[in-house]
Amino acid sequence: MQLLSQLKIGQNATITAIEADEYLFHRLSALGFRVGKPLSIIRRANFNGPLHVRLGTTDVILRDSEATRIRINTEN
Amino acid sequence: MKRIALLGMPNTGKSTLFNRISGASARVGNWPGITVDLMSAKILIGGHIAELIDLPGIYDLHGFSEDEQVVRRFLSNNAVDLVIVLLNSSQIDRQLSLVLQIKKLNIPSVLALNMADEAKQSGITIDTESLAKDLHIPVLSISAKYGDGLPKALQAATQIINLNQTATDPQVISQLLQEDHQIEHEMEGLIQHHVQIPTTFTNNTTDKIDKILLHKWFGLPIFFAAMFVLFQFIFTVGKPLQDGLAWALSLLRSGLLEPIFTSSPAWFSGLMLDGIYNGVATVAAFVPIIVLFFLVMSMVEDSGYLSRAAFLMDSLMAKMGLDGRGFVMMLMGFGCNVPALMGTRIMRSRPMRLLTMLVIPLSLCSARLQVFIFMITALFTAKHAPMVLFTLYVMSFLTMFLTAILFQGQYKNTEPFILELPPYRFPTLRQIILRGWHEVKHFLGRASKFIVIGVVLVWALTNFPSNVAPASAGTYAGQIGALFAPILDPLGINNQLAIALIFGFVAKEIVVGALAVIYGMQGDTLMVHMATQIDWVQAMSFMLFTLIYTPCLSTIATLRSEAKSSAFMWLSITWSLGLAWVVSFVFYQGARWLGF
Repeated sequence: MQLLSQLKIGQNATITAIEADEYLFHRLSALGFRVGKPLSIIRRANFNGPLHVRLGTTDVILRDSEATRIRINTEN
Repeated sequence: MKRIALLGMPNTGKSTLFNRISGASARVGNWPGITVDLMSAKILIGGHIAELIDLPGIYDLHGFSEDEQVVRRFLSNNAVDLVIVLLNSSQIDRQLSLVLQIKKLNIPSVLALNMADEAKQSGITIDTESLAKDLHIPVLSISAKYGDGLPKALQAATQIINLNQTATDPQVISQLLQEDHQIEHEMEGLIQHHVQIPTTFTNNTTDKIDKILLHKWFGLPIFFAAMFVLFQFIFTVGKPLQDGLAWALSLLRSGLLEPIFTSSPAWFSGLMLDGIYNGVATVAAFVPIIVLFFLVMSMVEDSGYLSRAAFLMDSLMAKMGLDGRGFVMMLMGFGCNVPALMGTRIMRSRPMRLLTMLVIPLSLCSARLQVFIFMITALFTAKHAPMVLFTLYVMSFLTMFLTAILFQGQYKNTEPFILELPPYRFPTLRQIILRGWHEVKHFLGRASKFIVIGVVLVWALTNFPSNVAPASAGTYAGQIGALFAPILDPLGINNQLAIALIFGFVAKEIVVGALAVIYGMQGDTLMVHMATQIDWVQAMSFMLFTLIYTPCLSTIATLRSEAKSSAFMWLSITWSLGLAWVVSFVFYQGARWLGF
């Protein structure tokens, strides 16, 4: 069990838990962040910038502070 | 009259669809229960005249963003006969939630699946017929961009409208909206049964472009280079157009208008020709550049590049207490500060929203661009012109960063930063022109209100009392200029320029018009005359002051209504005036001290 913020670029993972307040939870789930969904990190911006995450058919960018709210299991 | 609402998530092409159905007839209106304006249009559907309303793009009917609240309040206060829900076909696996949420409200609905071509390319297949059966609503594949499938969708809408059901009582809807139904399970079942999505999904073209544009090291330089090239393009293409229009307008005056007014009293022809016509004509000559600016800007915005800019800029923006979206709004501000201020609504955190709103009025908007192009053309060579303009853009960014850094302690942010990256989409020519046209229409609408009143006021101030020479020190304008001389002389801003600055407070659109009236000349003659009156150091100081001080009355009005605070408005005015004075003072005295 890892946090999304710790996932390496190009590695695949599955969401195991989302620990966020109601607002963030609603926003995340509307963008496709749901328990059991596979995702991967495409790239990370320089200077500790946002993560570029791919979930199914959606590409999303989010900061580390939000990515630490999402727990994941790496697939391999 | 029947009422149809258009609903969808952000980036699904909802505005494109609205524009396609409504054409040019759309107008902005107020609605009961909500404070923001929504676009609406009257359309003919199955023999009925219906009102089509473009609701804000939202992710979740039960979400907490301002837009999501607006939609809820709209539905709780206005009876709706039909909701057209627009989804992006490629993302149906998560966007279907919006349809299910609307269905729970018992409002008749039609589901339109947009961007079917993109979904097909990615190997996604949707069985619309079986989906329609399970959802009990019509489901149609359409292309908002090209109009494919639209007649069928409208036909389905007509059938529902013709049933003449009484719309559900908004009060009932209001109650239903308070229940947050569990739709997860239902959604997954529907997707499993009716949609096939390949396990590995990639949009190859977008991925390839992103590899370059979002590159770790080249991304940012490419972004700034792209902006520089676009501004160069606007300048190079716009200049000849501007010259041509100015020539035609002066021809119109000497050939047609002057003979008409020869028999009327001197004060009347003065008011009409030197006041209104000179002012309006000088401003009108800049319309080609404004048009070009908006065309290019809407193309960049629709292409999806702006959210990439947010990705690239976020770490830098975070250091200033802002986020990548704030940067996008700052860029929007380069078109016009007013929509950019309104765009900050996407931020839920009030502190960050206020900080962004404090920063936006410092972005070099198209109205200021027009003043700068005039001054630069008058006082700099064609070789130096682009460099001077670029310097002003850099100054605009620097003052914005400075403001954000200084005020970030006051406005601490807690807003999460999560943004969708849509695939690159090249807008059609029709889309670019329609968007550009809407922007220009708004710009001219806003500008013309001020321009005529403004130039008449300037003309009156520079021509009265009538016993002194027009625009001389003895006129009211001269007296006002003299009043401000102790403050503005150290900046190299003379009395005439001071008067123009005073009127620039109303709108930057009338600064050049005011100069035309103050000097009693227009176009090239005015430019040549200006060059004999002031040198480049003074011109630069004037431009810096114009760049930084209060943009215009519309911006101030917007700032006040969006922040819902007069104190915040006064803070913005005081800060920008103070900063403008200090920057111009340092530049002017510094340049003189260096011997320029």
